[in-house]
Amino acid sequence: MIELRVSKALREFTLEVELAFAPGVTLMVGPSGAGKSTLLRIIAGLTRPDEGRVAIDGRVLHERGVDVSAFRREVAYVFQEYALFPHLDVLDNVAYGLVARGSGRAESRVSAQRWLERFGLTALATARPRTLSGGERQRVALARALAWKPRAVLLDEPFAALDEATRARVRDELRVTLSSLDVPIVLVTHDDSDAQAFSARTVRLERGRVAG
Amino acid sequence: MIRAAVAVAAALLILFIAIPLATLYLHLSPARFGALITSPDALSALRISLITTVASLALTLLLGTPLAYVLARGSFPGREIADAIVDLPIVVPPAVAGLALLFAFGKLGLAAPLLRALHVELAFTTAAVVLAQLFVGTPFYVRSARAGFASLDRSFEEASATLGMGPLRTFARITVPLAMPALAGGAVLAWARSLGEFGATIMFAGNLPGVTQTLPLAVYLGLENGDVDLSAALAVVLVTIALAIVALARIIERRAA
Repeated sequence: MIELRVSKALREFTLEVELAFAPGVTLMVGPSGAGKSTLLRIIAGLTRPDEGRVAIDGRVLHERGVDVSAFRREVAYVFQEYALFPHLDVLDNVAYGLVARGSGRAESRVSAQRWLERFGLTALATARPRTLSGGERQRVALARALAWKPRAVLLDEPFAALDEATRARVRDELRVTLSSLDVPIVLVTHDDSDAQAFSARTVRLERGRVAG
Repeated sequence: MIRAAVAVAAALLILFIAIPLATLYLHLSPARFGALITSPDALSALRISLITTVASLALTLLLGTPLAYVLARGSFPGREIADAIVDLPIVVPPAVAGLALLFAFGKLGLAAPLLRALHVELAFTTAAVVLAQLFVGTPFYVRSARAGFASLDRSFEEASATLGMGPLRTFARITVPLAMPALAGGAVLAWARSLGEFGATIMFAGNLPGVTQTLPLAVYLGLENGDVDLSAALAVVLVTIALAIVALARIIERRAA
């Protein structure tokens, strides 16, 4: 469970939100610039709120006088353009979070290999990210985010970087993958057709506030 | 007509640069070059140049990398001023830089009481050569590294953080490898500038064979002492290194593109 009560002054309005995300998928929808991505960044520890409280499973991540660094939060974040490390191959990208947690490189790669199998990426283990298609990149980003058992998963516009043709297929794949997880998952999209296709709990954000 | 004029102007300038450098190679027979370059004076200058430029490059990387990073990413009061100060040694005449270093770290300089208390003497030592090189060479590295860091997409570092990698490890595993072309290019230029350093070195470190006499100083002293052949032999070494550096910088640039 992610508990969130934050406010942050943005350029045009103040983001002011009180929400709880239970395990399973929650879609966060709303027009571009409504503060959705900022909210994800606040949960991940990439942006500081002006004030408020962020907690996951009772562990306080942000509160007055407390601010746990992003790298200690155990919150996975799938970036809009995926941010795959261009100098590492697919296997090392997926193993990265395990290496970060102190597993040896060899051990991490064995474990990452299993995630590649699960995502149908085995043949691409030694490929560099720039050689991958949009759909493949997304699967690598997701495998990298899930391989180390995060406490929550945040996805920022995961379909924005895809063309129309692959979009529907990737959306279905993602829905199946995410439905097997029992941690809170927040998926941000500005596209209402994604929201309908996903048929999950939905929160609508407009000008920094929860609408409806 | 205009095209022809442009071609002549271009050719003139290129020849003006290339021909004098080429004459250095024509001055000595290979055998004479071999004998001169293995003479004790030449070897001593080569040794001093190698030791001091490696040391000044190490200091440049060690101190310049964090500086370049904060200049690229940090927002703090005085950032613009710090940025300008870093660039100064590029435009300050080297002899002036040498005088400034002497006023700061010389026997009667600003830091003299502190240096005396620590029993450290800097001026006219090998360490002074290193400091002179650091002073003139550092800006080339910091400028390039700063641009490299500034052009990096932050989401790579943010992704690393959300995956559990702390700031230092993220810097080593993500930031540095991704900025490597800029870092390597800057390091090569800084090293080249340090290798060619003359004015600041002779003012602050003097021209003592085996202690502070680097290759450029030995070239100068050779001419002064009437040993033009030794000057020419050392000059050939310096020009050859310069050619290699220009080629290397091109390769690094291409790789990055």
